[in-house]
Amino acid sequence: MNKNMKILIVDDFSTMRRIIKNLLRDLGYNNTAEADDGNTALPMLQNGNYDFLVTDWNMPGMPGIDLLRAVRADPRIKDLPVLMVTAEAKREQIIEAAQAGVNGYIVKPFTAETLREKIDKIFERLEQQQA
Amino acid sequence: MNHSDEDTAAIFKEEQLARARELVQLMEAGDEVGAGRLIEELGQTHESVLFSQLGKLTRDLHEALNGFRRDTRLAELTRQDIPDAKERLNYVVTMTEQSAHRTLNAVEESLPLSESLAQRAGHLRAEWSRFRQREMSLEEFREVSAHLGRFLEDAERDAEKLRQALSEVLMAQDFQDLTGQVIRRVITLVQELEDNLVGLVRVSGQRLAKPEEGGHAQTADQDGEKDSRGTGPAVSGTSDQGDVVSGQDDVDELLSSLGF
Repeated sequence: MNKNMKILIVDDFSTMRRIIKNLLRDLGYNNTAEADDGNTALPMLQNGNYDFLVTDWNMPGMPGIDLLRAVRADPRIKDLPVLMVTAEAKREQIIEAAQAGVNGYIVKPFTAETLREKIDKIFERLEQQQA
Repeated sequence: MNHSDEDTAAIFKEEQLARARELVQLMEAGDEVGAGRLIEELGQTHESVLFSQLGKLTRDLHEALNGFRRDTRLAELTRQDIPDAKERLNYVVTMTEQSAHRTLNAVEESLPLSESLAQRAGHLRAEWSRFRQREMSLEEFREVSAHLGRFLEDAERDAEKLRQALSEVLMAQDFQDLTGQVIRRVITLVQELEDNLVGLVRVSGQRLAKPEEGGHAQTADQDGEKDSRGTGPAVSGTSDQGDVVSGQDDVDELLSSLGF
């Protein structure tokens, strides 16, 4: 897995962005950027050559589920792997995210180990699909 | 007082005045029986007007009370949302307490480790400078060398413990996001409650206007919007308890059943 991959972290709480950023750094991913909601994130993704998106769901402005749909609807970035890290825990929401094409789903509160595991799994799977 | 009320009052005044004039005439004519009957009549008319006014007030009050009962959103707020808000705020208290303890535990673990590392490093530095100045016998040097070996082993192990403790402190800060989402939800509720209470005061204070229909439509819209936007952490003991996963294992299971 490419440790230099460019990752966008989207969450309206700066504390959570910092936590995720630090956890990613701990895992060896140093190339990260941040956005506080979908409206800010989408143009960054469209113009920034990102390799991976980690997003919250519940945000003012554009929520994460809409950002996910916008990503999948844009031919330039539709294949971007997306990991949702959110407190939204209703089954119907998880199914909704899966149907919208999410690559992984983590419920808050989560552990550093869960984050590592899900990221590894997402990229393992992508490599298998490409092979 | 509206137009028909004014008319009624004017007619009533006119009638009373006519009766008063008649009364004067009767008394001047010395008709005491007729005058007595008229005085009684005057009193009765007054009472009947009083009763009809009272009746009208009662009807207004009744209608206003029915209006409150029809305002189901307010009823729902008091039945469901307010008790839920109490549980949500309890969740905030619990989460912040847990995070504070997690952080304090990590700090209490770390402080003795860093103190011991600093102390032993200081001791070894003094020995090392004696060695560099050739003030140390071979026997002493062997001993210091053994100390140094043990110190390096412990430093490696303790540095890892410190890293873990710092990670724990990092993760403990997740409460700010989780409680923040819950607090925002309670703020929205307080706002809605305020709007509804203002509407209630308007209805009960004056019968100027009915509670605005627009306000209700807006509330319904907000609810719809809130759902797609997400609602934050599910708090147990509230209306959140529905089809909610209990943790990451549940999520993984659900996703794998969907072919993930």
